[in-house]
Amino acid sequence: MDLVIARPEGLYCPPGDFYIDPWRPVDRAIITHGHGDHARTGNRHYLTAASGEGILRSRLGQAIDLQTLAYGERIRHHGVTLSLHPAGHVLGSAQVRLEHQGQVWVASGDYKVEPDGTCAAFEPVACHTFITESTFGLPIYRWPSQAEVFAGINAWWRANRDQGKASVLFCYAFGKAQRILHGLDASIGPILVHGAVEPLNRVYREAGVYLPETRYAGDIPRNDPLLRQALVLAPPSAGGSSWMRRFGDYSDAFASGWMLLRGTRRRRGVDRGFVLSDHADWPGLLWAIGQTGAQRVMVTHGSVNVLVRYLNEQGLDARAFATEYGDEDESTPAGAEA
Amino acid sequence: MKAFAALYLRLDATTSSNAKLEALRDYFAQAPADDAAWAVYFLAGGRPRQLVPTRVLRELATALAALPDWLFEESYQAVGDLAETISLLLPQNGQGSDDGLAYWVEAHLLPLRGLPAEEVRQRLPPLWAQLDRPSLMLCLKLITGSFRVGVSKLLVTRALAQLAGLDAKRVAQRLVGYTDIGHRPSAADYHRLVAAESADEHSQRGGQPYPFFLAHALQAPTEQFDALLGPPSDWQVEWKWDGIRAQVVKRDGQLWVWSRGEELVTDRFPELHSLAQTLPDGVVLDGEILVWKPGATRGALAVQPFALLQQRLGRKTLGKKLLADAPVVLQAYDLLEWQGEDWRNRAQHARRRQLERLVAEYPLAPVLLSPLLEGLSWADLAEQREQSRSLGVEGLMLKQREALYGVGRTKDMGTWWKWKIDPFSVDAVLIYAQRGHGRRASLYSDYTFAVWNAPPGSPERALVPFAKAYSGLSDEEMRKVDAIIRKTTVETFGPVRSVTPTLVFELGFEGIALSSRHKSGIAVRFPRMLRWRLDKPVEEADDLATLQALLI
Repeated sequence: MDLVIARPEGLYCPPGDFYIDPWRPVDRAIITHGHGDHARTGNRHYLTAASGEGILRSRLGQAIDLQTLAYGERIRHHGVTLSLHPAGHVLGSAQVRLEHQGQVWVASGDYKVEPDGTCAAFEPVACHTFITESTFGLPIYRWPSQAEVFAGINAWWRANRDQGKASVLFCYAFGKAQRILHGLDASIGPILVHGAVEPLNRVYREAGVYLPETRYAGDIPRNDPLLRQALVLAPPSAGGSSWMRRFGDYSDAFASGWMLLRGTRRRRGVDRGFVLSDHADWPGLLWAIGQTGAQRVMVTHGSVNVLVRYLNEQGLDARAFATEYGDEDESTPAGAEA
Repeated sequence: MKAFAALYLRLDATTSSNAKLEALRDYFAQAPADDAAWAVYFLAGGRPRQLVPTRVLRELATALAALPDWLFEESYQAVGDLAETISLLLPQNGQGSDDGLAYWVEAHLLPLRGLPAEEVRQRLPPLWAQLDRPSLMLCLKLITGSFRVGVSKLLVTRALAQLAGLDAKRVAQRLVGYTDIGHRPSAADYHRLVAAESADEHSQRGGQPYPFFLAHALQAPTEQFDALLGPPSDWQVEWKWDGIRAQVVKRDGQLWVWSRGEELVTDRFPELHSLAQTLPDGVVLDGEILVWKPGATRGALAVQPFALLQQRLGRKTLGKKLLADAPVVLQAYDLLEWQGEDWRNRAQHARRRQLERLVAEYPLAPVLLSPLLEGLSWADLAEQREQSRSLGVEGLMLKQREALYGVGRTKDMGTWWKWKIDPFSVDAVLIYAQRGHGRRASLYSDYTFAVWNAPPGSPERALVPFAKAYSGLSDEEMRKVDAIIRKTTVETFGPVRSVTPTLVFELGFEGIALSSRHKSGIAVRFPRMLRWRLDKPVEEADDLATLQALLI
């Protein structure tokens, strides 16, 4: 029996009668992580990883009916043994392991295989069937080392500071922003954040993740010289808005895996693109799939057809799962490819 | 190679001209002369012939990356640039080669041309293994001849002029012919570009043309012209010809004809060869080469469609019949050199007067004087402009009477405006889409458009493709159209998707002609999207009859 099938409401476990990251309201929902396309409002009961509780409550409301599990903790529900395991994507992100009558399935949600210090590192979980994402499912996607990327961001910030210009770095407010904060050289200058970023910083700090001191950009008067030395973290939606005017002559950049391609970088219209992703790159996807030992792989959102065909050519039984998950950066339509 | 790759990244990272200028100055200030010579060549648009067949490159890269062919193709479709795709797929190497650009080009890259594929397959992998990713992409762009980085020749000229303390016009003059396809620039060439001015430089110019002065597009309502341009009497007004811009150079008893791309085209136009005898020495004419109706009376506007000129250019040999059917003339409109003296710093009206005298004085059979239009007001001229289409011209040229002859698309020495008529337009239906290149990479942004082959209500009415277009949409619109294409795909064949026809666009184009090569029987020139007709259902798009009515 298939432990997970695609239904109009979302990915469904028939023996357990619950959903994983449903996109329509259901009775029981397991949430792999707090990004908007995976964690939606309106479900009756939620289950998520303990380290994701703060995020989920801050996004879906403090009053949601939420049960949490520590990573690795097992529970049984309608005869299905269920446990959550680190996915290395953002704080609280988890893979869902399901076991029923000797069959093991793992649904990965979104994942990244390289540890980054802001969330528990990805752990491969052995299974018969693995449900994988495929956001960056093309061999062109190979991430540069994090040290190299952060050295680039620091050098850009330093050069702007020396020219008396603010450095505005656009990135997704949940996960990417905190990862950047965690990796920055805070001795270069003051760090300011947009209003969308600060609440999430608080959750990360409460979870014990080290983030350097940040200030709310809105508190700084328009002509304060501090602005010209600062690094500013803001969500992509702030670009082109009147909020940006306070920074005068600034240099801007965008942090995302899509910045690897010259075309997407230029389409963004920013000065710099930094290649930093919360998703696995092509070697990461193949490594993760290999580690599970799964003979059967279900591919969701991203380059579904490419990954399915490639895995089949490698001798695995790979199929596509249609989902409505997107990509938090929204800078390329590749998510619509599925 | 590292230094040039660093320059490329700096230029690519900014859209500001000043930042680019600074990056260029910084590079040229420290680059060895032989590297600088090649850097100027590539940045100013020089491109050696393709060094390695694309097929060989793809096969080699696919093998080195250990990928199946289809996955290479998928990758290429997502990236939209072959050199970039290969650089992303090859095994990565940490270090960059410290050898300079000139050494790489001359010792490693140029010798690849013409080698048997087997030899190329032996040589390239160890070369690629020496390069870090930015250098590797650059190296591949040089090999495929697709090097482009948003720097104009003018900007390179300005950077060199600033660095050497020279007049930019002087540097532009020295750059003429520099980027010719067969040219191999050397350290000595670079030194000549930035050397102090010498007295005999002008007399050593051989058959070289001057850098062309280019016009800006004028897009404002006629009512604003008085405020914008002053009275018409400040302007020299001519027809805007739709031909090949050319300079005719006569010096030392010899004749040279140069096209706007600074390409020598003397051989292509035997009709002009008599000028070697009839023009006095030390003369440079600027004008437009056009196909003229055979046997037209002198003084009549008998310009033939551009398509005829294009056909002529496509032929390897010019037969007698072709020369008789499609003879060319030069519509002369400027005089850049007279009696061996550079006249570019004289006013437009003075150059014109001398040009008129020259044409009156010498029997120059293939040369016609581009007529001046008189108008008491801009409204009056706007009315004359309405005849453009029936006369076979593109609109009007407005040249400031006091303008000097500038270099490229500049305005600092006076201005030329091209005041073109509105393009033809029809409402067409998007039926096929393909992913684009460059900033449109991985977006479905290159479209094939169709019109109906019969009026509404006809049985078996179908859409027939007639044009491809990819420009004219905003980034936002392009993203929306891309999403619709992905949702309405009917079939994919290779990189092309056919879609359920739902999208109507107003398509603009400059010219239209009968064509046996297109299904619709019609070919249009410079098609582009003017507007997304969200208000128009597919059934109400135009039909072939609308297009046929535009054929004159």
